[in-house]
Amino acid sequence: MVGEQWSRVMATLVSDLGDLTIAEDAAQDAVEVALTTWDASGVPDNPGAWITTVARRKAIDRIRRDKNRKNKSEQLGRLESRLDATHPPTGPDQQLMNDEQLRLIYGCCHPSLNLEAQIALTLRAVAGLSTAEIASAFLVPEATLAQRLVRAKRKIRDAVVPFRIPPDAELLNRTRAVHHVLYLLFTEGYAASGGDQLVRSDLCDEAIRLARQLADLLNDDAESYGLLALMLLTQARKDARTAADGSVVLLADQDRSLWRQDLIEEGTAVLDRGLRRSAVGPYQLQAAIAALHCEAPVADETDWPQIELLYRRWLAIAPTTVVELNHLVAVSMVAGPQQALDRLDASRLPEALAEYGPYWALRADLLRRVERYNEARAAYLIAAEHAGSGPERQFLQSAAATIEPL
Amino acid sequence: MKYACLIYSEEGNPDVNPDPSSDAWGAVIAGYMAFGEEAGGAGKILAGEALQDTETATTVQVVDGDIITTDGPFAETKEQLGGFYILECADLDEAISWAAKIPHAVGGRIEVRPVEDYG
Repeated sequence: MVGEQWSRVMATLVSDLGDLTIAEDAAQDAVEVALTTWDASGVPDNPGAWITTVARRKAIDRIRRDKNRKNKSEQLGRLESRLDATHPPTGPDQQLMNDEQLRLIYGCCHPSLNLEAQIALTLRAVAGLSTAEIASAFLVPEATLAQRLVRAKRKIRDAVVPFRIPPDAELLNRTRAVHHVLYLLFTEGYAASGGDQLVRSDLCDEAIRLARQLADLLNDDAESYGLLALMLLTQARKDARTAADGSVVLLADQDRSLWRQDLIEEGTAVLDRGLRRSAVGPYQLQAAIAALHCEAPVADETDWPQIELLYRRWLAIAPTTVVELNHLVAVSMVAGPQQALDRLDASRLPEALAEYGPYWALRADLLRRVERYNEARAAYLIAAEHAGSGPERQFLQSAAATIEPL
Repeated sequence: MKYACLIYSEEGNPDVNPDPSSDAWGAVIAGYMAFGEEAGGAGKILAGEALQDTETATTVQVVDGDIITTDGPFAETKEQLGGFYILECADLDEAISWAAKIPHAVGGRIEVRPVEDYG
């Protein structure tokens, strides 16, 4: 209950003050008051209004106590004048509240901050995770993470980074920057390259929650729907991708009854909502590919020609080596492994990706399928050397060991 | 809020910094005149100067009371500081949008730094 209110309270206070530090401290104070008071006398009718008012009073106290503060009376005046405002607003004011939340998100994901800081700030200020939680999710010492946040907030204050919805001319790029932060958040949780599994899968839930919030707030943005759909459709398969002993299970070998149909349905519906809107972007294409995988009742019935087509469209928008690699996987399923191997050898990928594990894993798979077993075994071992996580490495090593015939 | 916009570019690269006798140089100057009119007209420019090439630079340091001078800029870098503006802006976004209009934002880079306020 308290957690749900966090980002609204933060958004409102940051809009009032443009100061993340005071907002965070006051929101924290208010949450603590709420926890004890609500415990004793029950949750008030309008918890959002209640907690926002407490947070504003706490902010006023903090600003009064701060001797060195600039613009003190101006900020106090603004807070005091808003103490009586109804909250949460209804009707036309709903838009106002949405705007407050968007301002907070765009401020936290401001490109003048480094990416790590953007991610940490978003988790702290928007999602309300504690410093300790964020630190353990990213496997860094709490002091390091705290320092990162302090530095980011100092830059926001000293360089006057505004909390503002960017003007139309910049909106697209700035929204992409927000997508990038949320996507990294999700993949960090999904890849689970180590650490406490539970905390890390929470990152996926947080990323989905934030992506859903962003899609709702922007309402009309196709790529925001695409990003949310991609997360949902990926998360749907999460339980099937590792076996009980923690080892990796390839997509083709996964028990599809473990896939979460509720997430697949929601993801597909969200994707359709986006696709009805206009320009198709990379997240939508990625989500559409994920949807096609999810729709196949068994691996053999996967619509690879359609997937190959989507990868080609994706390459036309964003030609990156990783997408090229994935496209070749689809090519191998449509035109056969020899075709894919020929195209791989003719491309610049072998040189560009010599240190990239997934490249070697694909190469190994193609070599195995064209029965060049010795080369395949060697490629699997190189892939294992560059693997990101323990389970992945074990998978590749066992693939090398079980390749036939020896 | 005051922001310094520090203009960096490769001073030896004729594509970015053409020879002063060339027509291309005239275009660069015209670009700065236009920026001066637009940003200056909007009351944004508090100060602004172009610097001579780093060949003319002398670096000064006092060590144990002795003045030590060295030929050249403080640091040898690929791109050199060639000039600056001090702009008055509401926030970083505004400063970024003006910095993007400085001619050397194309082909060079503009470092935007808030000016310390001791007031």
